[in-house]
Amino acid sequence: MIYFYLAGGLFLGWSLGANHAANVFGTAVASKMVRFRTAAALCSFFVILGAVFGGSGTSATLKSLGTVNAMAGAFVVTLATALSVYWMTKLRLPVSTSQAIIGAILGWNLFSGSATGFPSLTKIVLSWGASIVLTAAISAMLYVSLRAGLKRSRVHLLTLDAYTRAGLIIVGAFGSYSLGANNIANVMGVFVPVAPFRDVGVANLFTLTGVQQLFLLGGIAIAVGVFTYSHKVIQTVGNDLLKLSPIAAFIVVFAESLVLFLFSSKALESWLLTHGLPAIPLVPISSSQAVIGGIVGIGIVRKGREIRFKVLGDIAIGWVITPLLAGTITFFGLFVMQNVFDQEVYHRVAVPVDRSLAVCDEASALDPILAVRWKSGPLPVMGPYLPVAPAPGTPWPWTPSGVTGPEGPLAHP
Amino acid sequence: MGILHFKRSKLLEKQIDEFLNTVSRASLVFRKGIAEYLEGDIERFENAIAELSKLESGADELRRAIETDLYMNSLIPEIRGDVLGLLENMDTVINAEKESLSQFSVEMPDIPAEYAKDYLELADVCMNSAEAIVTSIRAFFHDFYMVKNYLHKVYFFEKEADKISDRLKRRIFHSDLDLSQKIHLRYFALHIETISDHAEDVADRLNISTIKRNF
Repeated sequence: MIYFYLAGGLFLGWSLGANHAANVFGTAVASKMVRFRTAAALCSFFVILGAVFGGSGTSATLKSLGTVNAMAGAFVVTLATALSVYWMTKLRLPVSTSQAIIGAILGWNLFSGSATGFPSLTKIVLSWGASIVLTAAISAMLYVSLRAGLKRSRVHLLTLDAYTRAGLIIVGAFGSYSLGANNIANVMGVFVPVAPFRDVGVANLFTLTGVQQLFLLGGIAIAVGVFTYSHKVIQTVGNDLLKLSPIAAFIVVFAESLVLFLFSSKALESWLLTHGLPAIPLVPISSSQAVIGGIVGIGIVRKGREIRFKVLGDIAIGWVITPLLAGTITFFGLFVMQNVFDQEVYHRVAVPVDRSLAVCDEASALDPILAVRWKSGPLPVMGPYLPVAPAPGTPWPWTPSGVTGPEGPLAHP
Repeated sequence: MGILHFKRSKLLEKQIDEFLNTVSRASLVFRKGIAEYLEGDIERFENAIAELSKLESGADELRRAIETDLYMNSLIPEIRGDVLGLLENMDTVINAEKESLSQFSVEMPDIPAEYAKDYLELADVCMNSAEAIVTSIRAFFHDFYMVKNYLHKVYFFEKEADKISDRLKRRIFHSDLDLSQKIHLRYFALHIETISDHAEDVADRLNISTIKRNF
């Protein structure tokens, strides 16, 4: 049954691979600079690499928004996300998997009566806007410097073509890695709290944690999407929206990849923090919208020739419609799953063990799954989960109202 | 790396340079051939025709090899159509030069000495227009942002060729020559003038390709 539920995430992964490979290799393939097979193989390999080894950062952010703690619930959340993405694509509206999954998680929170991590939600929404602005800025700067460099370098057209081809392959691989790292949370993030896998050692070289195995599965689903369906999307997107010269495409994909990487790299986050610099939030962002940001960046430098204001307006509308649609589908999907198929779509978990070890602080209030921060000792495997987070500084013992544990309503010990 | 085609690109760069050198050499040979005909040195003139024929065949072979390589290896996919168009149009310049000399060889026009200077001047200007388009195309490959700086010269020489040709034809038709000779001489002004017209056509294509290449 567990593996059946995972199918929702795998379907979402397939859809993500089918749709988003165009954002990293679209122009390269559509302009015949890189063969589809080469692009698909590179994209798949690096997406899996990024998902397994760099995907944990954005997953933690999704977890702090709301922790889907039952397999059937996670299935509905991912299926609703995939359906919303499919529907929006059919309507030819720009859609983001990241925005759909957020809506779906909020739908689950609403249905299960769980607390929504509003600071996390604010962080995520601001990051969506920031990612577009940042991609536009990077793209504009790259465009100006590359143009100046080309004016001076006097590179032969054919040598430049070979360099551009190499550049498109390198940024495509980098973009695929970043896409895997940033967007795997959308595909498998909601399964993390309920992951059924145990850690396994690989040939005494390294250990794959349960979460990494989950991400590996998601990464493979994305790769299957890339191989089976992305060619069609690439032909459409690469020749339509992204009708750019190969050099401009290189700039846009590089800027997009960099931004995806910035929003998913834990190593960079800790480096910034250790140097006393403000860290970039690890948030799943939309690669399609980052690409549009990149094109707008070049458009600004070229005095607005390529700015499509309608597309920008559609993105803003998509920010509202996509989460609403996914949230609504999730809410009704959970209702059907719970009442028609009699499946547990969320657990009510009581605060366990010795409460005298716990204290509420600001961090715990920001993070519902860690609503109780432990003073000492390891966290229990199934961490304490409180549907309603306590306000910062709330003295312990604290009992959330209206929460039922396995042995009836919670009370002070 | 095979998929990046660095080696193939280098080879192709050499072939394109060689093709442009051939076109440039052909225009020099053309000018030399006209001068020799006007001086009455028919033997050297015939040698020039043979040399020009060889250059024209060589240019054809190079152009075909370049076309095949560009398509077989998917090089410069977004502008290869433009590049091939340019090379094919350059071929028409060299063909016009060969055709013009051939007409001299076949019809042996009797050019009075008083017009020889004008014919030579016309051949000079046409040679310059062919040279200018070769330089412009070289810039298109090597120094893209300089194309405009060379392109205007092609248009200048084409206008000059028109003026000289017009002046020459007027002088011929206002002279006391037989009408048949007048018409004959007019054709030879036209034959030479065609070269700068072809150069202008290439320049027009190049202008558009340059706008398209400006990423």
